[in-house]
Amino acid sequence: MLKVNSLVKSFGGLLATDNLSFEVEEGEIHAFIGPNGAGKTTLISQITGEIKPDSGTIEFDGKDISRIPVHLRSAYGLARSFQITNIFHDMSTWDNVALSVQAQSGHSFHFWKDARKDSILREPALVFLEQVGLEERADILAGQLSHGEHRQLEIAMALATRPKMLLLDEPMAGMGLEESKAMIEILQGLKRKLTILLIEHDMDVVFKLADKITVLVYGRGIATDAPEAIRNNPEVQAAYLGEGVVSA
Amino acid sequence: MRNTPRIKIITLLMLSLGAIPLIADSIDEPFYTVLFSRMLILSIGAVSLNLILGFGGMVSFGHAVYLGIGSYVVGIGTFHAFEDGVEWMGNGFIHILVAIAVSALAGLIIGAISLRTHGVYFIMITLAFAQMFYFIAVGTEKYGGDDGLSLYMRSDFAGLLDLSNDNSLYYLNFAFLLASLYLSHRLTNSRFGMAIRGTKSNEERMKSIGFPVFRYRLVAFVIAGIICGIAGVLSANQTDFVNPSVMHWTRSGDLIIMIVLGGIGTLFGPVIGAVAFLLLEELLSGITEYWQLIFGPMLLLIVIFARGGIDGMLVALDRWWLRYSVKKNVEDN
Repeated sequence: MLKVNSLVKSFGGLLATDNLSFEVEEGEIHAFIGPNGAGKTTLISQITGEIKPDSGTIEFDGKDISRIPVHLRSAYGLARSFQITNIFHDMSTWDNVALSVQAQSGHSFHFWKDARKDSILREPALVFLEQVGLEERADILAGQLSHGEHRQLEIAMALATRPKMLLLDEPMAGMGLEESKAMIEILQGLKRKLTILLIEHDMDVVFKLADKITVLVYGRGIATDAPEAIRNNPEVQAAYLGEGVVSA
Repeated sequence: MRNTPRIKIITLLMLSLGAIPLIADSIDEPFYTVLFSRMLILSIGAVSLNLILGFGGMVSFGHAVYLGIGSYVVGIGTFHAFEDGVEWMGNGFIHILVAIAVSALAGLIIGAISLRTHGVYFIMITLAFAQMFYFIAVGTEKYGGDDGLSLYMRSDFAGLLDLSNDNSLYYLNFAFLLASLYLSHRLTNSRFGMAIRGTKSNEERMKSIGFPVFRYRLVAFVIAGIICGIAGVLSANQTDFVNPSVMHWTRSGDLIIMIVLGGIGTLFGPVIGAVAFLLLEELLSGITEYWQLIFGPMLLLIVIFARGGIDGMLVALDRWWLRYSVKKNVEDN
């Protein structure tokens, strides 16, 4: 589904992505772990096109998308969530998701009909809100939602573009225990229906959800394997997990 | 939602605007018709700027350029109609069509370049374009250069409307204001409008969910230019005079001030702002020549204490009224 070949990106002298190659199979959850500054978010931003790589190619669904703009990659079926909540704060929760639906339902050069009364946008948007458990908050200003709810909204907005593949950047960042549990349930519900690239700090979550894990250190992929094998990989333990996280 | 104080006040404002010529005639003060006519025209300009500035977050600092384009279309047209006897060049319908076409073209060019930038660069580029048009007008000796042109005649609407009558012109302005308000209402609530609001709110996210934001912004920019171009046509007829100062950068600034004063990103905010601006100018300049000395601090207070402008204060009034009426209901029962 996604094929990344020899991707390189540096900021000044700092290598954020160091000759990285990997493949994500259709329907699997492929997690990326690594210490802060390992280049995880930079990787997602290059796949979605917000950051341009210095060299290397990105293939998605059989097409080379390395050089096309952000909005076209979205049209091809790539959707992302942001680590730092990135929503339309001054619009209602429902409007946020309806805008995502609108993004992928043809051009928006419709000048006359009231978009907020357009069932083609509003009804699917409500379904996506239900999917993440936000339907009762539909009419509230998105800026007024709690942190956990913002994370849920992020997922609903990504889903509403009807992607083939989701790129999730720490969907559980800053969540409480209960909220995390709910989010894991949401993600488990998406497993096999969508291809997912997941960045997450919480190792429990990663080992629970992922089919495959890549360990990223200073932009380099030092290992890619099934969760159990990653846990037992001495190189990985030395480089990253040795900090005691693995005992979990 | 119905019949809150805010809606009553705005309805009253619109009805009053509709009745101004009748009132002015009955007290034999035709001056008021002219004053309010100017308010209507600048309201249209402010409504059009509000489409991109208020709803789209594009702070264009050169919007008066379209007032200039519309004005010069009338000025140049009537000049040739009168001097050279080219009758069709005095036709009002043609003035409006040409103003629309030229404004659209100018908007397309200015927008295509300026909308690739953001923030202060966008402000500077729109300003630079407006200054360019300004100096073109200053340099055009044939049409009066710096001194401008006095209109020998107003736009001719082929017997349908006699614009030499100030009241007819007033109601033409009023009709265009109502039309621009209705258009603004439809546009901002349509899919197109949601896309524009989205780019104001969070452009990065808009791209990420799949919107090609540039083309929506550009179209909004052109639409705003067209509406303001029509206001320019009306403006030339109102003042019987065209000169470069209609598109001076301070005019663009005035339009922004009107929007801030009335309420950014609301339907009626620009109208409230334009009326308040010109009324204050009229009242304060009667007190002192340096009326801006009083007006400036007033604007400052509005910006600091009432972010939503006058319309924002009305919204606050509504909220207070709602709480009061709920409380009263509870007590009554």
